[in-house]
Amino acid sequence: MTEAVWRASWQRLRLQGAPVLVVLLSVLLLWYAGAWAMNAQGAIERVLPADQPWSWQDLLAATLSMERPVLPAPHQVAADLWASLTGWPMDSPRNLLFHVAVTGESTLWGFVMGTALGLLLAVAIVHSRTLDRALLPWIVASQTVPVLAIAPIVLVILGSLGFSGVAPKAVIAMYLCFFPVTVAMVQGLRSPQRIETEMLYTYAASRWQALWLLRLPAALPFLFPALRVGIAAGLVGAMVAELPTGAQAGLGARLLTGSYYGNTVQIWSALVMSALLGLALTAAVAAVEQLVLRNRRQA
Amino acid sequence: MSAVKQRALAWVVVAALGGLLLLQSPAAHAQAEPDPWFWLASTMVAALAVLSIRRLANLEGGRWVGSLTAALFGLWVVYFWQVLVVAFAVPRVLLPPPLAIVEAMGLHGAVLWRDFVQTVLKAVLIGWALGCGAGFGVAVAIDRMPFLQRGLLPLASLTSTIPLVAVAPIAVMWFGFEWPSKAAVVVLMTFFPMLVSTLAGLQAAGKLERELMYSYAASYRRTLLALRLPAALPFMFAALKVNATLALIGAIVAEFFGSPTSGLGFRISTEASKMNMSLVWGAIVVAAVTGSLAYALLVQIERRAAFWHPSIREGRVT
Repeated sequence: MTEAVWRASWQRLRLQGAPVLVVLLSVLLLWYAGAWAMNAQGAIERVLPADQPWSWQDLLAATLSMERPVLPAPHQVAADLWASLTGWPMDSPRNLLFHVAVTGESTLWGFVMGTALGLLLAVAIVHSRTLDRALLPWIVASQTVPVLAIAPIVLVILGSLGFSGVAPKAVIAMYLCFFPVTVAMVQGLRSPQRIETEMLYTYAASRWQALWLLRLPAALPFLFPALRVGIAAGLVGAMVAELPTGAQAGLGARLLTGSYYGNTVQIWSALVMSALLGLALTAAVAAVEQLVLRNRRQA
Repeated sequence: MSAVKQRALAWVVVAALGGLLLLQSPAAHAQAEPDPWFWLASTMVAALAVLSIRRLANLEGGRWVGSLTAALFGLWVVYFWQVLVVAFAVPRVLLPPPLAIVEAMGLHGAVLWRDFVQTVLKAVLIGWALGCGAGFGVAVAIDRMPFLQRGLLPLASLTSTIPLVAVAPIAVMWFGFEWPSKAAVVVLMTFFPMLVSTLAGLQAAGKLERELMYSYAASYRRTLLALRLPAALPFMFAALKVNATLALIGAIVAEFFGSPTSGLGFRISTEASKMNMSLVWGAIVVAAVTGSLAYALLVQIERRAAFWHPSIREGRVT
């Protein structure tokens, strides 16, 4: 990179990095203070000696290193994450990456199926007036049905029918993914201006040709933000879908076992891991978006 | 009424009559095994339904035609749900027929009402109001201080990546089993969408209007109250509508992780484990209807508050 580009990116890093760092440090400070405050009562009751006098330094040390804290300190969560990721082989259930792989597999399958369903529905809705008027309001209304609430029941039923493993979890993730994709693609497929659709008409283009040459490329900038929302929603769906199957594997199962056994640090490290997984998936979609839309000029 | 409209409505009436006739057959009441005549008749009714909806959808009309088409489509789906579930003798555990769901709702009306009060009126309403209020407040603060925008916004976006399922057990641990923990989950879920939308809305006032306020020597507060907040209303309402659905889902899922003996989520999980699927679907119907009514209410309020916005003016035919 040239000297000027280096200087510009360093300046941007300083301009944006400094405030983020300040806020990050203050959040960490608040977290430590919160851990001290919230664990204090439990520490006084269970950890500190009842007969000997103890100072505030003893209290601080005790609250930040409890086994079952109400709010684990940041270093406790980090240590648990490190121990889990490096201390066990990749296929052991005690390694968080094993659970990440299980949840990630369901999420990705559900995302692929949901995107395919959303694309199909959007193309059908744009080309058929009947479906547009009859089906689209119900698709919008379908999101008011709390799927996450009925997901456990659906899974129990599918399990009793013999469907188990990745398939039912992927179906729940698919249900949550398809809606943003459908709505965004309908908007995108309808976005070409009249002058452009009429030009294709003068070329005697069939509806399929108009779809492939005009509508789909015009819909891509609408598709990718919806894909980002969809994959995050699919991750939540996959995690909720893991809950009723006896909580065997996956990040959602790990959260549930942590909450059953009161293992707060396990809950927090699973939480951090799921947030990182969500970030990684969204970043992957954003990278694909950069690749596909790299030649577009800003309007 | 034009001839085309009359013919479309005639098709609808014919299809409805066919549906009513099909309901008279004994197979539709699980009193006899469905014979080939029954299947023939139901195929014909299905064809009539599809044709009538197509005719109705192709009418040029205002809003009522679209609503009627969607409503009729929904009614036909419910009708075939009832007929086919009874004809195929689908076990109640798998998929109960709509009439059984209505019956269960009527039987357990008082219980469902208590659950509704516990979940919606306490956890969802309070959490939604607090979360949207917090998002709005932080957005105004970020607008006032650009330093906060560069620092706080990336971290606030991190809160949106934390899945709901992860927050719920922690909230129950901190705030107890009662409704405050569910409200806390709802606050976390609704905070970020409201923040982002309010920020986008505050940028929406045009340069011409902002310079006009400047020429009037209007203070920041005056400009905010008289120009920028009204201009931000469409964006804020979009977030409020999305948050209404998110709040309901968040409260119900949070109840899976521990709640007192009432609440829609509690009802769904306990009745599901008792295999009482009709009541489960009844609770889901209550939740879905609540979500739709809340959405419709917000749309009406938006029509009154942001009447000047093109997206609302375009809806009017006159």
